[in-house]
This record gives sequence, structure tokens and C-alpha cells, in this order.
Amino acid sequence: MSDIKIVDAPAGIEGSGFFATSFDKVIGLARSHSLWPLPFATSCCGIEFMATMGSHYDFGRFGSERLSFSPRQADLLMVMGTIAKKMSPVLKQVYLQMAEPRWVMAVGACASSGGIFDTYSVLQGIDEIIPVDVYVPGCPPRPEAILDGFGKIQELVRNESGRRRDSPEYKEMLASYGIL
Amino acid sequence: MTEETNHNLTNLLSERFGEKIKSVDEPYGLLTIETTKDVIISVLKFLKEDSQTAFNFLTDITAVHYPEKRALAVVYHLYNMVGRVRIRVKVFLHEQQPDIPTATTLWNGANWMERETYDLFGVKFEGHPDLRRILNMDELNVHPMLKQYPLEDPNRVDKKDEYFGR
Repeated sequence: MSDIKIVDAPAGIEGSGFFATSFDKVIGLARSHSLWPLPFATSCCGIEFMATMGSHYDFGRFGSERLSFSPRQADLLMVMGTIAKKMSPVLKQVYLQMAEPRWVMAVGACASSGGIFDTYSVLQGIDEIIPVDVYVPGCPPRPEAILDGFGKIQELVRNESGRRRDSPEYKEMLASYGIL
Repeated sequence: MTEETNHNLTNLLSERFGEKIKSVDEPYGLLTIETTKDVIISVLKFLKEDSQTAFNFLTDITAVHYPEKRALAVVYHLYNMVGRVRIRVKVFLHEQQPDIPTATTLWNGANWMERETYDLFGVKFEGHPDLRRILNMDELNVHPMLKQYPLEDPNRVDKKDEYFGR
């Protein structure tokens, strides 16, 4: 028999026939285990992601079985690989097409900082054009590292307040990227 | 055989173009000639169409920047597929006036090669049907392979000396 694990209920008040907790916690819990990632794979980190999706590492265990190849249904943008400056408007458009709440993960050295490509034609980290939630180091990172980064995203999602995306700080941050 | 072929080619070219074929060299057996921009198309046409030369294939067009000579060299690589012979043709242009007639009139394949050379070195190919950038983003306002421009991106922050105790 397989050992089926179910997540623990969030903190709340329990009694006979009822359980009371806050929306933030329930929604965060549900969202964190049903993220739909959009893989934006441009090079070798994308190959590592394919290994992560494969049966050995099985990304689907974390509720992300279904990759979304349309940004409009995606929650998490995973940018894996070198982003040339010519590609940057495409990446930005993909981000803009995603609906809130949306998260971004920069996988590997190139997406995080430009990596070894310190040159005029390569974007020196995708955080020059879009906000990033989690950076995964490595060149390329192993699937374990990508899964660890995904765990960090889940943690962020689980603990995010329902009103964070309406806050002036968040809007200011987006405005600093020229979004809105 | 290479020496003999190169010798024959040199004779053919100097017979036909005389003083316009300036220097002739054979680094690693690759015949390299230098000519001027007013005859470059006739030289290429001769090399392509003459039955004795028959360089039917244009391998590449590129350029080299020599800031100390204030010059840009446009380099054509040709290949004779039947005789398995290669030749390299160079034209030196002044940095401030890098224009040269297009080779798209001889090879359609020259189109993208010339766009690339324009994109990276700013060489203007006169008569090119669609001379715009091909590799770099359109907003880039420099020709990045010219040596006055740094290779590195100025926005890079993690390679500053202070992070390495320098």
C-alpha cells in the first residue's frame, strides 16, 4: 500500500461539527498545492526542468502536474535559461498576460544574473524587467534545486496575505518595473 | 596541388584586374587577396562565373575592425565546390565611411550575411534590399563589434571589485 500523505489543516478553532479559520490560510493552502507553472525554457536549465517533470523527480507530486502553456491560466512563471535582450519584450509580455496572483521563479545563473554571459546582447538577470520571487542558483541547477526553489514558492504562496496584491507597496513595486 | 592552384588563381586575377588586386598572401595555404570597393563586385562576379575559377558558393561575409588603422575590413569567403578550393577576399574601408556595394546581386544568400555585418560592424551595403538589424534588438543604438564599445553589459552588478575585496 502506498503511504498517502495529506497536508495538515491550518491553525483554527475546532469543535463538534465545525472548523473555523481565516480565508487567507485556506486559500493559501489550496493555492500552494495547485500551482500551474508556465515553463519559459530557453536553454540548458530547461533540460533540467524536463528531468524535474519526469517520473524520477515527478514535479506532479507538488500539485503542479499540469503545466500551463498559456500565460493566462498560469500562476507561476518559471524562467529557465539565458534571456537575450531581444527576447526581453517577449518575456515581459508573457508576464503581463498572466493574471494576479502571479509568481516568478528565476531558475539558474543566467535568468538570475546573466551568468557567464556578461555581454551586450544578454539581459543581466530577468529582474531588470519583471519582479522575481525566488532565485534558484546553479549552472544549471539540479532537479533537487529546482524542487527546493518550488518549495520556497509554495511557502510564499501559503503565507501570502489575501490583500498583498492590493497594497500600495506592491503597486509601487510594479510601477517601478513600468507595469500598470 | 594547393600551391599550384593558388598560383594559377593569382595569375588569372592579376591578368584581369592588374593593380586593383593589391596584396596576395597564403596564410595556412588559404589564398587571401585584397582589392578595392570600386571593383569588388566585378572581382566576385569573375570568381563566381569564370569557368577557370568557379567559386560558386559564398561561405561567409564578415568584417574586422582595426581601430589603429582607422579601418574596417570586409571579408568574403568563397568556395569552389567542384575543385574544393577556397579563397578569401578583403576590402579595406575607412572607419568613418564604411560603405560598399552589395553582393546580393550575385548571391541571394548574401542578404542575411550582409545584414549581420551591418548589425555588428555598421558596414553599409549599398543596394541591399532590406538592410536592417538581424541579431541584436532594434533599440540597440551601436554596432557592438566595433572596438570602441565594451563587450560587457554596464548593468552587471555582481562583478564589482568590492565584492572580491579588491
